[in-house]
Amino acid sequence: MEWETVIGLEVHVTLATKSKLFSGSAVAFGAEPNTQANIFDIALPGTLPVFNEEALRMAVKFGLAIDAEIGKRSVFDRKNYFYPDLPKGYQVTQLDFPTVGKGSLTVTLDDGSERTIGVTRAHIEENAGKSLHEDFSGMSGIDLNRAGEPLLEIVSEPEIYTAKEAVAYLKKLHTIILYLGISDAIMAQGSMRCDVNVSLRPKGSDVLGTRTEMKNINSFKFVEKAIYSEVERQKDILEDGGSITQETRRYDADRDETSSMRSKEVANDYRYFPEPDLLPIVIDDDYIEQVRATLPELPDAKRARFCDQFGLSEYDAGVLTSTREMAEYFESVATKTGDAKVAANWVSGDLQALLNKNNLNITDSPIKAERLTDLISRIKDKTISGKIAKTVFEAMADDSSSVDEIIESKGLKQVTDSGEIEKLVDDVINNNPDQVQQFKDGKEQVIGFLVGQAMQLSKGKANPGQVNQLLRDKMK
Amino acid sequence: MIEKTVAELSAAMTSGDISSVELTQSYLDRIHKANDSLNAFITVCDDTALEQARVADKSRAQGNQNPLLGIPLAHKDIFCTTGIKTTCGSKMLHNFISPYNATVVDKFNQAGVVTLGKTNMDEFAMGSSNETSFFGPVRNPWDLEKVPGGSSGGSAAAVAADLCAMATGTDTGGSIRQPAAFCGVTGFKPSYGRVSRWGMIAFASSLDQAGPICKSAEDAALMMNVMAGIDLKDSTSADREVEDYTATLSDSVKGLRIGIPKQHFTEGLSADVEKSIREALREYEAAGAILKEINLPNSHLSVPAYYVVAPAEASANLSRFDGVRYGHRCDNPLDLEDMYKRSRSEGFGDEVKRRILIGTYALSAGFYDAYYRKAQKIRRLIKNDFDEAFKEVDVIAGPTSPHTAFGIGAKTDPVTMYLEDIYTIAVNLAGLPGISIPAGFSNDLPIGLHIVGPDFGESKVLNAAHQFQLFTDWHKAKPAAKGGI
Repeated sequence: MEWETVIGLEVHVTLATKSKLFSGSAVAFGAEPNTQANIFDIALPGTLPVFNEEALRMAVKFGLAIDAEIGKRSVFDRKNYFYPDLPKGYQVTQLDFPTVGKGSLTVTLDDGSERTIGVTRAHIEENAGKSLHEDFSGMSGIDLNRAGEPLLEIVSEPEIYTAKEAVAYLKKLHTIILYLGISDAIMAQGSMRCDVNVSLRPKGSDVLGTRTEMKNINSFKFVEKAIYSEVERQKDILEDGGSITQETRRYDADRDETSSMRSKEVANDYRYFPEPDLLPIVIDDDYIEQVRATLPELPDAKRARFCDQFGLSEYDAGVLTSTREMAEYFESVATKTGDAKVAANWVSGDLQALLNKNNLNITDSPIKAERLTDLISRIKDKTISGKIAKTVFEAMADDSSSVDEIIESKGLKQVTDSGEIEKLVDDVINNNPDQVQQFKDGKEQVIGFLVGQAMQLSKGKANPGQVNQLLRDKMK
Repeated sequence: MIEKTVAELSAAMTSGDISSVELTQSYLDRIHKANDSLNAFITVCDDTALEQARVADKSRAQGNQNPLLGIPLAHKDIFCTTGIKTTCGSKMLHNFISPYNATVVDKFNQAGVVTLGKTNMDEFAMGSSNETSFFGPVRNPWDLEKVPGGSSGGSAAAVAADLCAMATGTDTGGSIRQPAAFCGVTGFKPSYGRVSRWGMIAFASSLDQAGPICKSAEDAALMMNVMAGIDLKDSTSADREVEDYTATLSDSVKGLRIGIPKQHFTEGLSADVEKSIREALREYEAAGAILKEINLPNSHLSVPAYYVVAPAEASANLSRFDGVRYGHRCDNPLDLEDMYKRSRSEGFGDEVKRRILIGTYALSAGFYDAYYRKAQKIRRLIKNDFDEAFKEVDVIAGPTSPHTAFGIGAKTDPVTMYLEDIYTIAVNLAGLPGISIPAGFSNDLPIGLHIVGPDFGESKVLNAAHQFQLFTDWHKAKPAAKGGI
């Protein structure tokens, strides 16, 4: 039988607020355990939550970015369960009235085709703390620094059909979140986490099969591999006439397989009910418009504009808008040099290679947009050749001096002095009598060889146009 | 002196008749004499109280004129207090010392009051007789074999027997007003949101409200002037201007329209209580008020709705008592589940467990619509009844409780106990202000008159109560010291 895979993704991102969702505690990553947990975070009796409005702003921003319905009245609910890293014994979340309702995002697949994937909802909730099961000889340690951090849980519709689509969806989500600046969304640090729901159904069926959920997968690559692995497992079971158990499974990246996380999957009854310590959050159109006014240009719009305004290919525009910072970098260089093509080549070529080699973000680039602009300007005004520019660029990576200083100190300035060039040309003519004869006999292409010889002699600094002209004059 | 009202004591201190240190010492002496038989206090703070009194006397000498300066007060043991245990009447917190103060506590401290100690209460405020306390039942000063009411029974008994000049209480379904009625004192529950809940250990968050228990409506107004106000730490506290609650106390009741809910004068109400309440209403009428029968058609639904909503919220509010970070933890837990189970089984008493179970059940998948959602709908119906009534009347009056204080151990069936709050619960469900003031006796046991106002009608309620206390003396009656306290 032919099977169709159906995937739904639940993505948690930690909102980059200054303090927790319901308390004034800081939320810095990597602090000493329990140093960012105040009397509310440890759930002392009598303490009460106070909602952090910054989280609402960020959630609304996200909602607007994916064209979602914005909940004008969002209600917090208590989700009850016992666990030591959940100090109150309930998690505050939004069940029936989330801040962000139905929206969608469009992803571009490897073959260039586009797909629009529905987002069911995105709701605000608080994070739990962390249980540490090692180093406590038979006991567990609890770190509540993370407890109460604001999360946005973004739930996709079950309408992702391949692992590649899942990854494309995640990458797009990641890009949008970074553009919006609402989270640093670093999967390795847990500020973006992904739960993957997978089910199979006979091709053509419109009934969903029984799904399994894989929780907290922490890289795009593992999401892809986990789906492949889980799809194979389910296929084997179904084709053997078995049935899938609805359960939570863990993906083990080392063994590339999934395994059941809980032996007895009890259907948890979370006994949700509206959180009586918080009033519903009511917002109006004015509020929404205020937030909309703070939205940056989003990746799709930017890509379209780059194609349009700078004449870039879809592909180049896609690469250059993959992060907001790169897009800004490119746009600055393109505008100031007036040569978008050259700017695009430098940014997506040499600069990207340099950053990749040193594992740097573009914001930490040793070569800022201003210096790359200067470098390109020196090519255009013929101070250096395009080839020498590569040498200058390499030097710039380790040397923070200005482009002109580097060209000067390394003596890389193009030689345009006709006296010097004449000397070069004379040397080349004297040293290559055979080729000179060939040229005189009408073999035009020999000129390239002779120019090359002159350039080599000048260590690349001679102006190739001038050399060419003078050679021709002298060989007449 | 210790039998006087706050207003009188304040005047006596201002005129130099007595110092706060002398007054405090008198109350401490009284506590040490009477608490063995009453069990009204869980913790007494002799040293810090006297120190606060010294500071108050000094401050008064320097010109501080705060009316509550140096007045000795007791806090219900549900309010978090730094340096003093906060037990909530439970084994779970029998040794808990809070690192922070409740907003109510901070506000009284800033007013310069003297904290004598913390009063006994039903465990986690769950009870109507003060018999569920881990620290033993409180006894009614009017008859030591009778209950003082609950859950703020310790505060009401302490005020009635002059163990303090005033006390704080909390009221989720009647926990200030019913013990005030049983002990013959004044107890006021403000509108929901009028007093901050920060630092008040939660029972049912959407119903809990702190208020004064004291010797007169005037004292209640003085205390409310300190307690009321928005608190940014409590998102449900009301962003409304705080009135000076003493400003309108002396307004006449002439023309005051008093609604008499016919549902509060039906079977179940004892004849003696009905007689006293009817007489009290005639006093109002004599003073020029207009009595008008009103209809609260859904009031019979209030107890069932309450016993869904309150336990549901409580079941979640009490989850934090898990033995992990503070509070009682069982010895030698085998594993996490064992620690949870035994810590909570050992730490909570029967009534608390019963309500956690009821609440957990009511919120369970498949039952939510039948119980919690339906109870919330009833809550709106009840609120609508009041809204309709207040279109025609200024306040609503009736009995606080269907009868006077009952015997310790007399009510063993939980449902019978739950019906204790039949007249008070609707007021919590609707979030309204309500007061109980003494209005007579039956067999030497006090009877309470219940006066309810519209949303944030605190001033109106206090004014009506104060006027009654001007033309009656019931609030001045003192326990006949049965049993020799």
